Amino acid sequence: MEKFTTHTGVAAPLKRSNVDTDQIIPAVYLKRVTRTGFEDGLFAAWRNDESFVLNKPEYAAASVLVAGPDFGTGSSREHAVWALQNYGFKVVISSRFADIFRGNSGKAGLLAAQVDEKVVQKIWDHLDDHPGATVTVDLESRTVKAGEGPDAIEDSFDIDDYTRYRLLNGLDDIGITLSSEAEIAAFESKRPSWKPATL
Amino acid sequence: MGKTLSEKVWDEHVVRSAEGEPDLLFIDLHLIHEVTSPQAFDGLRLAGRKVRRPDLTLATEDHNVPTLDWDKPIADPVSKTQVDTLRKNAEEFGVRLHPLGDVEQGIVHVVGPQLGLTQPGMTIVCGDSHTSTHGAFGAIAFGIGTSEVEHVLATQTLMQAKPKTMAVTINGSLPEGVTAKDMVLTLITHTGTGGGQGYIVEYRGQAIEELSMEGRMTVCNMSIEWGAKAGLIAPDQTTFDYIEGKPEAPKGADWDAAVAHWKTLVTDEDAEFDKEIVLDASEMTPFVTWGTNPGQGVPLGGNVPDPESFDDEQDRIGAENALKYMGLEAGMPMRDVHVDTVFVGSCTNGRIEDLRLAAEIIKGHKVADGTRLLVVPGSVRVRMQAETEGLHEVFIEAGAEWRGAGCSMCLGMNPDQLTPGERSASTSNRNFEGRQGKGGRTHLVSVPVAAATAVRGTLSSPADLSELAGAGA
Repeated sequence: MEKFTTHTGVAAPLKRSNVDTDQIIPAVYLKRVTRTGFEDGLFAAWRNDESFVLNKPEYAAASVLVAGPDFGTGSSREHAVWALQNYGFKVVISSRFADIFRGNSGKAGLLAAQVDEKVVQKIWDHLDDHPGATVTVDLESRTVKAGEGPDAIEDSFDIDDYTRYRLLNGLDDIGITLSSEAEIAAFESKRPSWKPATL
Repeated sequence: MGKTLSEKVWDEHVVRSAEGEPDLLFIDLHLIHEVTSPQAFDGLRLAGRKVRRPDLTLATEDHNVPTLDWDKPIADPVSKTQVDTLRKNAEEFGVRLHPLGDVEQGIVHVVGPQLGLTQPGMTIVCGDSHTSTHGAFGAIAFGIGTSEVEHVLATQTLMQAKPKTMAVTINGSLPEGVTAKDMVLTLITHTGTGGGQGYIVEYRGQAIEELSMEGRMTVCNMSIEWGAKAGLIAPDQTTFDYIEGKPEAPKGADWDAAVAHWKTLVTDEDAEFDKEIVLDASEMTPFVTWGTNPGQGVPLGGNVPDPESFDDEQDRIGAENALKYMGLEAGMPMRDVHVDTVFVGSCTNGRIEDLRLAAEIIKGHKVADGTRLLVVPGSVRVRMQAETEGLHEVFIEAGAEWRGAGCSMCLGMNPDQLTPGERSASTSNRNFEGRQGKGGRTHLVSVPVAAATAVRGTLSSPADLSELAGAGA
């Protein structure tokens, strides 16, 4: 996984709550057996609508998505994270993420930055005034920044310590776990014999 | 201080625990299907890794499979590739697979319990959010993403931060004709889609204890729809009776040892939950959704709500968008909503008890003109059992379509989809925009409401059918 330290990019406002993973990528787009190419299904139902935020030229290069609460609810499909990444997003900012989506983001290297609902609103207001403006997300200091001068926005975001550590260092989870192989083997040797097996 | 049920199960599975790190949890059973596993197996191959415990892994084909012509090659080439990929991976890595055509094939969350692989006190994961279903047996069961599927394949463990605990106590008894589905839909409207976030939930109370295993699975299945990490129910005699004799259940002395342990899996009297919700089952009624998330529901006897009635701005905007998408007007009685397609099936309501209930209500009636009824068993075993009992004849005589086993119209990855603007009453778990087909409009309902709706063509309860008969119609 690539290391993530800080990112500055065009921010797109997605002014909706409860954006479930079926909206992020509908099931019919999940049939690939690769981790790439899912950008075609990203927000598929909304992309035909000219007024949809990602269809506006000022957001063509967006890499930060600023969404309403309860982002990523529903299905466990990691394809939702891949679709966002394949499209070019590095960061999603929201006031509340569904657990599985948050976990998948951390594993795949998409930063899910949780901020106060008021911060989302401030960034949305800023983007209304300055379409195509950039937002900076600094994982080291856990801060989001937008704008300049007296109206500048600077606030902190939440991410659990362990995910932050892994993202900052670009660490592979499986590699970390396999360093505990002896502990796993010891645990296995003590499991009751009546526990079910498939083979 | 004592421990809650979920804390007991969690603590029994901790391989390694360290300050500032998530716990490393051992996984007792890893279920796999074709959609969320191909990239995980690819990852293993790239790293030169093996499946650590194929003997704790089980694969089945469910999301993509057709429910018609299942004896022929899958017509959709992309679906076929995905299914073929699972078959190749299962063979290469030595994983037991129940493919299309196999007698044990079906929806992964129906197959695990019916094989007896789902048992109390286990940790069970699958690359599917409805893995919470298995919590009905007193297991910690939750959905994971593909990166985690790869992690479990390689290590048989997962790194997990310990969630908070919540008790949902449902007192009283459900009235006649009100089901586990109505109970959980009522709960989700009460909490909202994010109300369970960060918690493992224990469902308890008289109404939960009175549920069958099928009903308990329906409740736990929808834990994810209000954001919970997992939902579980303490195992009791109902649980033991369900498991005993199943193909993979412990036998002889093993059975006695297992049951002795399972009986310890209850929340201690002095244990404390981080949060508690209390509801009264005796006040519950048939419950249906009007919107585009499972938290947007009302009693069947109610009306489509006015978006202005919501205090929270996001809820108001959400309701406005939902009504527009659903083609509904505020104030309209739910019973006036005409339904094009009724879907009975899914990991929420596709078990034998569900089909028995649907058949009992439909018997002697016909599916309404202009409405179609799809009955999709959750597994081949459920289908065979239903046919042994003659349920399929009841459905076919009523004019319903009797299909093969799979996820089917719950998510429309196979050809069973709604067309734009088509409206369904569905016993499944999600009414998201486009979930059952692009532009499709979904109302989540219980099995009795689905069956009665198929007969009347508008959202209905079985009580409405007796009125139909009384009016001489």
